[in-house]
Amino acid sequence: MNQELTTEEKAALKSIAKNLETFNKQRGNLIPILQMVQEHLAYLPSEALRMVAEYLEINACEVYGVATFYNQFRFHPPGKHPVKVCLGTACHVRAGDIILENFERKLGIEDGETTADREFSIERVACVGCCALAPVAIIGETVHGHMAPSKVEGLLMRIEIEKDIAKREKEKSESEQT
Amino acid sequence: MTTLENREALRSIRSSFEARLRDSKKKLISLCAGSGCGAYGTAKVYDTLMEQLAEHNLENEVEVKLSGCHGFCEKGPIMVIHPEGIFYPQLKEKHIPDIVENTIKNGDLVKKLIFKDPATKKKITYEKDVPFYKLQQRVIFGNNGIIDPTRIEDYFSVGGYAALEKALFDMSPKEIIDEVKKSGLRGRGGGGFPAGRKWETCAKHHGDRYVICNADEGDPGAYMDRSLLEGNPHSVLEGMIVGAIAVGSNEGYVYVRHEYPLAVTNFSQALESARKYGLLGKNILGTGFDFDIHISRGGGAFVCGESTALMASLEGKPGRPRAKYIHTVEKGFRNNPSMLNNVETWANVPVIINKGSEWYASIGTEGSKGTKIFSLVGKVMNTGLVEVPMGTTLRTIIFDIGGGILKKKKFKAVQTGGPSGGCIPEEFLDLGVDFDELTKVGSMMGSGGMIVMDQDTCMVDVARYFIEFLQDESCGQCNPCREGLKQMLDVLTRICHGHGREGDLELLEELSDMVANASLCGLGTSAPNPVMSNIRYFREEYETHIRDKKCPAGVCKPLFFYEIDQELCTGCTLCAKRCPEEIISGEQKAPHQLEQDKCIKCGICYEACMFDAVVVK
Ligand SMILES: Cc1cc2nc3c(=O)[nH]c(=O)nc-3n(C[C@H](O)[C@H](O)[C@H](O)COP(=O)(O)O)c2cc1C
Ligand code: FES
Repeated sequence: MNQELTTEEKAALKSIAKNLETFNKQRGNLIPILQMVQEHLAYLPSEALRMVAEYLEINACEVYGVATFYNQFRFHPPGKHPVKVCLGTACHVRAGDIILENFERKLGIEDGETTADREFSIERVACVGCCALAPVAIIGETVHGHMAPSKVEGLLMRIEIEKDIAKREKEKSESEQT
Repeated sequence: MTTLENREALRSIRSSFEARLRDSKKKLISLCAGSGCGAYGTAKVYDTLMEQLAEHNLENEVEVKLSGCHGFCEKGPIMVIHPEGIFYPQLKEKHIPDIVENTIKNGDLVKKLIFKDPATKKKITYEKDVPFYKLQQRVIFGNNGIIDPTRIEDYFSVGGYAALEKALFDMSPKEIIDEVKKSGLRGRGGGGFPAGRKWETCAKHHGDRYVICNADEGDPGAYMDRSLLEGNPHSVLEGMIVGAIAVGSNEGYVYVRHEYPLAVTNFSQALESARKYGLLGKNILGTGFDFDIHISRGGGAFVCGESTALMASLEGKPGRPRAKYIHTVEKGFRNNPSMLNNVETWANVPVIINKGSEWYASIGTEGSKGTKIFSLVGKVMNTGLVEVPMGTTLRTIIFDIGGGILKKKKFKAVQTGGPSGGCIPEEFLDLGVDFDELTKVGSMMGSGGMIVMDQDTCMVDVARYFIEFLQDESCGQCNPCREGLKQMLDVLTRICHGHGREGDLELLEELSDMVANASLCGLGTSAPNPVMSNIRYFREEYETHIRDKKCPAGVCKPLFFYEIDQELCTGCTLCAKRCPEEIISGEQKAPHQLEQDKCIKCGICYEACMFDAVVVK
């Protein structure tokens, strides 16, 4: 939890501080507040947790206790393209763990980690409610059903290619402008 | 949108929308935008459809609706064209011009898009004839395919809020409760507790009563609650308002699993429009009755589906269950009488009020009334949501509706009841599914997950999977559950890794007994079910793991290896090209070899081979 905050993250903390004011100082608002913070930052850095504790006038360890209890809260920054692999029962019996392993191997990171360039992260989740399409993986916001080990490479490649195209187009439009 | 100030205003608006739906001369295209179809690309199909309709100047002659889940998720995206009920599954953008040109404009079918029943290979044109739907009785789920969940007017057009009207003007609270009691409705969230009795006790206790909807849907493998909230949110909302009238509550909560953003959006919108029409909020329909609902997004913890943990979580605390010496109907949320029911339970309420308890009780079995929605998933051909009367046999659900096992493999077991349930073997396929029958064979109804398993599913691995899930989700406050499950997981993992010892099964049985009897809440007391039922029916498979260090299903990685069958291999080279470790070699058109000691068992060659030549040993 001791990563340096980026400049954007520091700026986001400021707007979070403003946003906090819209919540009543009630204990019952702790989870909605944490959800709001995570929406801004995509994870909960310790600086933010302390801010929330001060605002609600409760112990920081209490905030931490609640945050760690729930699976939805993360304490590491996710990658630009977060990969979620479903290991719910339907996905498990249709070999979701093999899908997870293939992502881990291709990206060189493990479940819960983020690549050094902060491009990808992997997270296992328990059922995303698309069980009929098992096994399921979600990259960013897109649900990919009927996953197969051999599809993993293709999906990751597509993201790389799209990134390249976007980069080239940006360069092109910049050179056209000058 | 104007506030409806009395009964007559509600009636007239409802009948005007009912009439509009009935008398519409327009064709209606219903395109499923549920979670499954959405993942397959409904959005693109919709855009193309709208473009094509505009191109043919048909926008005003055809109505297009993005509906909630139709249930047959395997075959998405699904389109149904009314009034005929023409069924086009598995659509892509490229199919749309043909549909618009032929079916919409000229009334002809597009032959190549017609559904082909995988079992009989027969072509089936109309939705009502598709076997998947034909054997269902869609009392709760039926309107999903007709209405646009974001339009309250659509809900009016199928008779929406008639139950609210009846409950508010024609019935006393006691009569409502009696009606629910007589219907025999039992909770759909897990335990199957009689809903009427719960309501009655709640009404007896004093305080600010709360009405709560449990939409935490923690069972990994079930998604009917999600589909109801997304596809027909007003039916759940109407049920809750009726419940509030019955027990005299002014405030309600819906606790939604955080993985379901669309459910939150659609339900919030439903609340919004109900408020605008004056069906929610202050002075509902001019009667002086006040009731409003808040949405709370769950934090993502399985245990929070448990009633007392859910209420703790609503209060902003970690969701830890408490002992239920005092029931939540007496002291629940904020220490007040709280009436918690599951999403599907609530959706049953308007049906009961509208059609009467007698009609409702005529469906189902002696002890379990009405229908139940099952999430039929796993190794079955037609995966999706299936609504059948209680008492329908497993065989009908899995083989007639579900179309049997994938790739003609052999049925092994069906898991019901989620992490608290058990695996039911082949010998019980003719079991009529209801609350009591499932319990008798060592499983339970749970929320209605039905995960079909075939010969390639390892039962020891399934047990290990559930225990791993549960020990991860255990809230950790009571010893038996926290420590007991951990020990059980250690034993099961050891068996799966080939280090099983004589006596491990007895140890598992002993631990199960302790955890089941000594745990604080339902998570712990039911946690050993998957293991117990599993050992009971598949003991031999456990023994093969322990004694022979073999996993016959080819799931437990340390206990099997892949081999290329030299007779079956045609030398097509596909596996060699795909192998990420480049350890498969061989000449074209000659049998290939796999270097066993370098194999990482990623499964790519097994999946790739079209001749079944990669085998599990
Ligand atoms: C560990 C555990 C998890 C549960 N999860 C859910 C759930 O996700 N959804 C649900 O409706 N009920 C769940 N229940 C059951 C609830 O405690 C409660 O009985 C139910 O919501 C009551 O509603 P009903 O009577 O309409 O079924 C769970 C129970 C336990 C013990
Ligand atoms: S089990 Fe994977 S989506 Fe439900």
